[in-house]
Parts: sequence; C-alpha cells; structure tokens
Amino acid sequence: MSLLIASLLFWALATVACWQIAARWSQARWAKMLVPALFGATLLFLWEGIVRGLNVSPVILPAPSQIAARFVDSTDVLWMDFAQTILKGALSGYLIGCTAAVLVAVLIDRSPFLQRGLLPVGNFVAALPIVGIAPILVMWFGFDWHSKAAVVVVMVFFPVLVNMVAGLKETDPLQRDLMATYSASYGQALTKLRLPAAMPFLFNGLKIATTLALIGAIVAEFFGSPTRGMGFRISTAVGQLDMPLVWSEITVAALAGTGFYGLVAAMEKAVTFWHPSQRSDR
Amino acid sequence: MRQVVLPVLTVLAAIVLIWYCAAVALNAKWVRDQAARADEQVSFSQLVAATMVQERPVMPAPHQVVQGLWQGLAGQKVTSKRSLVRHAWITFSATMLGFVIGTAAGIALAVGIVHLRSMDMSVMPWAIASQTVPILAIAPMVIVVLASLGIKGLLPKALIAAWLCFFPILVGMVKGLRAPDRMQLDQLRTWNASGGDTFWKLRLPSSMPYFFASLKVGIAAALVGTIVAELPAGATSGLGARLLQGSYYGQTIQIWAALFTAAVLAGMLVVVVGVIERVVLKRMGMVQ
Repeated sequence: MSLLIASLLFWALATVACWQIAARWSQARWAKMLVPALFGATLLFLWEGIVRGLNVSPVILPAPSQIAARFVDSTDVLWMDFAQTILKGALSGYLIGCTAAVLVAVLIDRSPFLQRGLLPVGNFVAALPIVGIAPILVMWFGFDWHSKAAVVVVMVFFPVLVNMVAGLKETDPLQRDLMATYSASYGQALTKLRLPAAMPFLFNGLKIATTLALIGAIVAEFFGSPTRGMGFRISTAVGQLDMPLVWSEITVAALAGTGFYGLVAAMEKAVTFWHPSQRSDR
Repeated sequence: MRQVVLPVLTVLAAIVLIWYCAAVALNAKWVRDQAARADEQVSFSQLVAATMVQERPVMPAPHQVVQGLWQGLAGQKVTSKRSLVRHAWITFSATMLGFVIGTAAGIALAVGIVHLRSMDMSVMPWAIASQTVPILAIAPMVIVVLASLGIKGLLPKALIAAWLCFFPILVGMVKGLRAPDRMQLDQLRTWNASGGDTFWKLRLPSSMPYFFASLKVGIAAALVGTIVAELPAGATSGLGARLLQGSYYGQTIQIWAALFTAAVLAGMLVVVVGVIERVVLKRMGMVQ
C-alpha cells in the first residue's frame, strides 16, 4: 500500500515540476527533453506502484521491473524474433513496396488520364483494411518471411503512391516555365525540380508507411509462421500466460517502431532541409 | 464529373482483367495436376474454363467472389452464422463504439494540449511515440486480459479501434484549434472575451474542417483496428473471424467475400462522414 501512495506522491510532484518547468523554460532545449522524459518516468512509476501496491496478478499486468528482468533474460529469443520479423519481413517489404510506389508514381506522372483514374482508386484502397489480405498472401507465399514481406509491400504501396503523385504535382507553373526557359529536358526537369519538390510529400508517406510495415509483418504472422517471429511469439506466449515475455516483445516492437520512424524522420531532415516545416524558429 | 468517371472505370476494368489473368495463371497448376492424374490432355479453352469454377481456388475469379458476396449478403437469413450482414453488423458496432471513444479521447487531449503548455510538452511526444507502437501486436493480449477481468464482447475490440483512431483526431484537432491566427485572437481580446468564449466562438468553429478531415482517417483506422482485434481472440463472429476461419479451412472465396464486405463497409463509413461534413460545413457557412 505504501508503494502505491509513494507512486501517487511521485506522480503529483512530477506533474507540478512539469508544469513549473513548462511555464518558465518552455523554449529551453533541455526542458523540451526533460519534460517528456519526466512524464514517461511518472507513467512507469505509477504503473509499478499500482501493480505492486494493489497486488495485481502478473497474468493480467506485469510490473515494469518484471518485464525488464524478462527482457534481459531472453535477449537471444528477442533478437531472433526481431531479425525474423523486422529485418527480414518488414524491412525488405518496406524497401520493395516504397521503391515500387515511387517508380509507378513517376511513370503515371506523364499520363493525366492514368492519374485521374488511379488516384481515386489509390485513395480508396489506402483507406481499406488491407491487413485482411494477409491470410491470402500467407497461402500464396508460404509461412516464412516472404509472405510477410509481400503483405508489407501491399500495405505500404498505396499511401506512398498517393503521396508521391501529389508531391510530383507540387511545382507551380512559374518554376516549370523557368525550367522550360533553361530548355531543360523532361528528365532534367524531373531530377532537378520536381523530384526535390516532391520530397516533403514522399517523406510524409514514408513515415506513415513505417508503422504500417511493422503492423503488416506482425499481423501476417498470426496466420501462420515458422516457430520464430514476434507475432508468433506474442500469440504463443499469450497462450502460456507468459505476460512478461509478451510485454518484452511489445517493448521490442515499440523500440523498433520508434527507431524506424526516427531514422526516416532524420533522413527527411537531411533531404528536405529547405522546407519551411524544418525551420526551427517556427 | 466525366473527367473522373471514364479514367476510373478504365483503371477498374484493367484491374478486373489482370485479376482474371491471374486467376487462370494461379489456378492452372491444380487443373493440370488433376488432368495428369486422370491421364487426360486439357486444351487451353478447357483449362481456362476449369480455372473459373474451382471450389477452393488459389485465386478465385471475380465472378466467384461476387457470387460468394451475394450469397453471404442476400442468400442467408440475417441471423444465420453464414450471413455476412450479421458479421458486418458485429464489426460495425464495435467500430462505432471505438470510434466514439477514440474521438472523445482525441478531442479531450487536443483541448488540453492547446490550453496547457505543460501538457503540450509532456503528452505530445508520447502520443507520437504511441503510434509507432504496432498496437495490433497488443491486440490479442488486451483481449485476453480484459476477458480474464470479465470484460467481453464489444468493449475490448472497441478499445483497440479507439487506440488506432484517437491519434489522427488528436493531431487534426490540435492543428484545427490552433488555426485561428493572431489577428482573430487579438480581436477577441479587444472584446474582452473569456477563455471559454474564445474556445466556443472562435477555436472550435474554425477547427471544424480539420476535425472532419481527421474523422475520415479515424473511422477507417477504427475499422482496421476492429477487424484485427477479431483475428487472434478466437472470436467466432465478425469479419475478422470470418477471415481467420477462411484461412484455417482454405476457403478462399470466403476470405475474399469477407474482405470485400470490409471494403464496402469502409467505403460506406467514409462516405457517410463525408456527407455529414458537407452538411455541417455548409450550415456553418464554411464551404464556398
């Protein structure tokens, strides 16, 4: 019980601290890092306090410390699953799907007819529950990572395509006229003007696709997988009521998702440094 | 209008054509195997005809899917376990519940974030991080845990749907509530408007276009969440469960029919939100 009270006390103190810091030093760099970190720490602390203080069964919700212990215990299993699901399934599918989407977008860019036809269809498909095709693709490509990569390809294709087509339309007539006065060929205008102008849109799609890729790879494993992989481990560990292991897998998935997103965001910063949204003094 | 209809129809026709070709190509192996076993020769036309009518094809032809869909939607009593209407209704009700929860949570958080600087700094990074977590990975566990607490039925699925749809709404609402510019805010200050007045009379109305744009994304996300939540839970009803059963028993036509029902449902939900958007924005005088 005292643990519960201690964690509640910590929560109250941290909230006041966050509030004070935010009120006084909201522009400072360290405050921008510290406040979210403090907030995250309070959540973990509160979780630990509630689970221990109220004696919640670990089958329902394990405490963060238990999860951390299990995580350290089973790093080799977690690494094997990570390699199977993220590196083989999600990453290869992501690369193939995004490359294909960009190529198709550049190809249909020359035909307004195809664009008018494909865009509404693409927008519609992007809103569909595409994960539903996972069982079909697992049936076609077998249980190993190839079918997971195929699911990821289909899932990331349409969001990236729609964004890339919108991006290629982004240049205004003035800029295109300038290219024409330079007597630039189609290829030159594409590489020097329109592809760079499309980059903010493309990265928007790429960032959405990172989460979709992880979801696709993990969900596809629910429909059949070899005896490794994060989706497989989650569904079997739930069956064995080994909740700390499940939460360790979720931690891996969260870390991988955040890292993947961060990587794409860092690339975006490097490529589209000229765009207004990247300026720091907004 | 004509500028859009013709290209879209062309693209759709191309898709159907590719689909038929794929059906022939993928199903041909089984037909050839059967013919080899019976020591018969199959001509090309026989081969094509045979690939169109298999009971468990690798790739069902479009007309087979339409047939399966029609049978599921209209050929059954609505209460039957084979009726797609019943399964779609179950998925739909969980989706709506999750959508309402997610929308309410998204709006509440957005209001807090816009008004409290400390919340903006502490919650927003975590809201973004929460979306990089593949939530669907947690779906089976959430359902098992909630079932062990005695919570069953719609609510667990709805919670997963809510988790997926709160983020687009949060982001859209934060953007929308911040849409009024300095000049408008100053204007309200010169009228000595209170914080509540500023919220109700300026911020909320000007957030409406953003709100509806994110509602459309949110409702599609909620549907995906519900379907996936139905997959691993051992659920026997709902479109997700239909997909899983179809994949267990190799009933490809059933999978495709459930998939198309989900697609139609998603399309209808987005269209309904779009109609509400048009009506509301028109009455508010925001559509030119």
